[in-house]
Amino acid sequence: MKVPVRITVNGRLFEREVEPRLLLVHFIRVFAELTGTKVGCDTSQCGSCTVLIDGVSAKSCTTLAVQADGANVTTIEGLADGEKLHALQESFWNKHGLQCGFCTPGMILASHELLRTNASPSDDEIRHGLEGNICRCTGYQNIVRAVKDAAEATAAADK
Amino acid sequence: MSSRIFGSGIRRREDPRLITGSATYTHDIVLPGMVHAAMLRSSHAHARITRIDTEKARVAPGVVAVYTGADIEGALQPVPCAWLLPDSQLRIAPYPCIAKDVVRYTGDIVAAVVAETPYQAQDALDLIEVHYDPLPTVTDPEKAAGDDAPQLHAKDINGDDIPGNQAFHWTVAGGGDLDAAFAEAEANGVVIKERILQQRLIPNAMEPRGAVAQYTRATGELTLWNTTQNPHIVRFLCSVVTGVPEDKLRVIAPEVGGGFGSKIAVYPADFVTVFCSKTLGRPVKWIETRSENYQATTHGRDHVQDIELAATKDGKITGLRCTVHAGMGAYLSTAAPGIPTILHGLMLSGCYTIPALKEDVYGVYTNGVPVEAYRGAGRPEATFMLERLIDMLANELDLDPADVRRRNFIPKFDDGHEVVTTLNYDSGDYPGALDKLIEHTGYQALREKQKAGPSNGKYLGLGLSSYVEICGLGPSQVAGAIGFQGGLWESAIVRFHPTGKVHVFIGASPHGQGEETTFAQIVASEIGVDAGDVKIFHGDTDSTPMGWGTYGSRTTAVGGAALALAVRKIRDKAKVLAAHLLEASVEDMDYEDGKFFVKGSPDKAKTIQDIALMANVAWNLPEGMEAGLEATTFYDPPNFVFPYGAHLAVVEVDASTGQVELTGYTALDDCGPQINPVIVEGQVHGGIVQGVGQALWEGAAYDESGQLITGSMLDYALPRADLLPELDVISTVTRSPHHPLGVKGIGEAGTIASTSAVYNAVMDALKPLGVKRVDMPFTPERVWRAIQEAKGS
Repeated sequence: MKVPVRITVNGRLFEREVEPRLLLVHFIRVFAELTGTKVGCDTSQCGSCTVLIDGVSAKSCTTLAVQADGANVTTIEGLADGEKLHALQESFWNKHGLQCGFCTPGMILASHELLRTNASPSDDEIRHGLEGNICRCTGYQNIVRAVKDAAEATAAADK
Repeated sequence: MSSRIFGSGIRRREDPRLITGSATYTHDIVLPGMVHAAMLRSSHAHARITRIDTEKARVAPGVVAVYTGADIEGALQPVPCAWLLPDSQLRIAPYPCIAKDVVRYTGDIVAAVVAETPYQAQDALDLIEVHYDPLPTVTDPEKAAGDDAPQLHAKDINGDDIPGNQAFHWTVAGGGDLDAAFAEAEANGVVIKERILQQRLIPNAMEPRGAVAQYTRATGELTLWNTTQNPHIVRFLCSVVTGVPEDKLRVIAPEVGGGFGSKIAVYPADFVTVFCSKTLGRPVKWIETRSENYQATTHGRDHVQDIELAATKDGKITGLRCTVHAGMGAYLSTAAPGIPTILHGLMLSGCYTIPALKEDVYGVYTNGVPVEAYRGAGRPEATFMLERLIDMLANELDLDPADVRRRNFIPKFDDGHEVVTTLNYDSGDYPGALDKLIEHTGYQALREKQKAGPSNGKYLGLGLSSYVEICGLGPSQVAGAIGFQGGLWESAIVRFHPTGKVHVFIGASPHGQGEETTFAQIVASEIGVDAGDVKIFHGDTDSTPMGWGTYGSRTTAVGGAALALAVRKIRDKAKVLAAHLLEASVEDMDYEDGKFFVKGSPDKAKTIQDIALMANVAWNLPEGMEAGLEATTFYDPPNFVFPYGAHLAVVEVDASTGQVELTGYTALDDCGPQINPVIVEGQVHGGIVQGVGQALWEGAAYDESGQLITGSMLDYALPRADLLPELDVISTVTRSPHHPLGVKGIGEAGTIASTSAVYNAVMDALKPLGVKRVDMPFTPERVWRAIQEAKGS
């Protein structure tokens, strides 16, 4: 049995018939053909699959595609404004907040959520805010610096 | 400007594709007509397979094929072990790609399904009925070596028995009379004895492993996209296992999401994926799940170490004697025999003058995942032994651990120092590193604070770790002598295009370390082009020259040297051409910052871009000069390189709960001149945290029946952002005397030092509570129980 879903990914509407069990991450990777969203585990621990659903972060490996029916999904590919990188993308680059890059899409979108709910977090708040995302390369230190840098850059731009 | 780019922390050129989701990892490869494989892994750790019924799976929706061990017979050779440790009675057990008669760990593949979608392939796995006759299991390496242990393998690949599950017995011994040293210490000095369990660890590269195989029947050509640290080694061994000749076999390591050693080995599942593609004539993708990664991708460490240290009453070490039982898992993985031996035992002198030592290492088969290199690979286990025993010696003699280290350090040296294990260290200043660390951290003040006693039930602990490590693997002649079935040189091709833009082709295969950036910096600093004008190609065996891979902190140390020397060849040729164009003799030419000019006339210079154009059009070359501006170098290092440093961990232990908090960490590392200090610091951060993970949280555990009970990220505790303090990273610079750039390696240093630093800190905190020994990781329960036991005694 398949059910119809309408999901907008990065501004583009995808209407597909899907199995009810299809995970959103696989809808994004297979049907929307956007492979920036990663699958790093199968128990919802690593956070590599983090996307925004109607602007709020979610782990797309534990969301069914049918649950996102009618939603606007933003993936890492949809974060930049054309050629202009998002402040978080710039700061992860500037502060060496990534090494192998596999956790990075999820880490950036989780950081997006963190800054959405707390525009100027302390180091401690950043560390707690990102506890649901695992990075094995960086030891997190430069990720914390990157998020802080993005917060400051965004605050400066808003002035 | 460009010549100063060596040492500049420029942003990584890898990052734009990674921060936008534009990078292509193996999982992201999609090919026309591609089908998906899934592997059925054994549900038992040790059992005889009595029957496999695949009929229901074969007719399930979307299923294209189901294969078992019987299907691959003759088509896939056993997975080879490629480190044939000499003088060790090495017994290599057959390592089948699909188990046919007996399974020996829960990662053994018993069947493979190919289906139109990954979901259909997974569904069909559940429909395969495997009947097992369970056999007794053993996962502890010491118990596996015992007389009453179940025997895993009937015969090795040569038809010999494998008594006691012993894969090898390797010994290192050197220096003076060890027995006399211990007799003297027993009589007039001190002998420290300890048992250390270096627990099994799961590497956890964030990208799971996978393979995409595309076999073209018409041509007999195979392309394999693979999550590997060493595509050329995969090509070599894939050819051996699958029979596809090397000239028709192309291996591509696309974007690779970390490895930490777990992507060195060649794996059964990858070869099965190749087999499926060859048999079906369609592209086949296989990507492991994370649970499967835990179940079947190589683990690290797993040593039971019994150590004895002899010393004088004033803290001078006189001898070291150890026995190690190293769990190898069910089969010998690709490089496995060299890890607990060559990379461990030869480093047992550490930063110290040890007059005599001996170590026996028993590699033992167990019903676990094969054990391979894991960040540090043998060296953390050696550093830990020494650093722990030295702290115990300090406790015994009531001396400060820093003082005991100072009494035993090898004095500063600039150009070679031979230690008791016969290694010739290149350069180092171990006392200087410790002194600088102590001064920088205010160590004495922390000791004073500690003397004031616990605060709110929290005990302060300080842990030092002085280390030297061996990396930049290594001279190929040595590789041959120690049984490594390959060379350890690296190569680079540097090609200048007419506009002065540069392509570099390297054999090494970075997978997150940032060498696309650091290598561009090497080229820029050697010949004055802009780093942005240099593109680095790696990871594709069809377009890059042979290379032996990225592990052992060797990519910059060995590959970087090859690259620098190739660029110097270009510079030499460019100088000859510039002299010709300026109608001067070569001896009168000077070079600075990308410009070639007659001495004293820098205003009439030919730039490297001018030369690139003139070399490529070849209108006016000196007689005998070939057209083009391109050079190839094969660099075989004359020796290893030996980075070193000293780390300090500061912890607080809550005596009422057993909770350990890492409150501070300072690392001083010396990897020689730093090409990109920001990247170096990043490597140190990541390395430290992995080592901290071993001390505080991580550990793979098997139950009595050989089931992995830490089988997912829910059960295996990885370091998280909120558990860590801000790390303080400082450095000194000691050049390697034999390296063209003076550089050493930095990829593993953090991990090599940090586990023992944190362990020593926790034990230091627990000292007033009478706790003598706790096995890693320091979970609150273990610490709390140790405190209660100490109270009871």
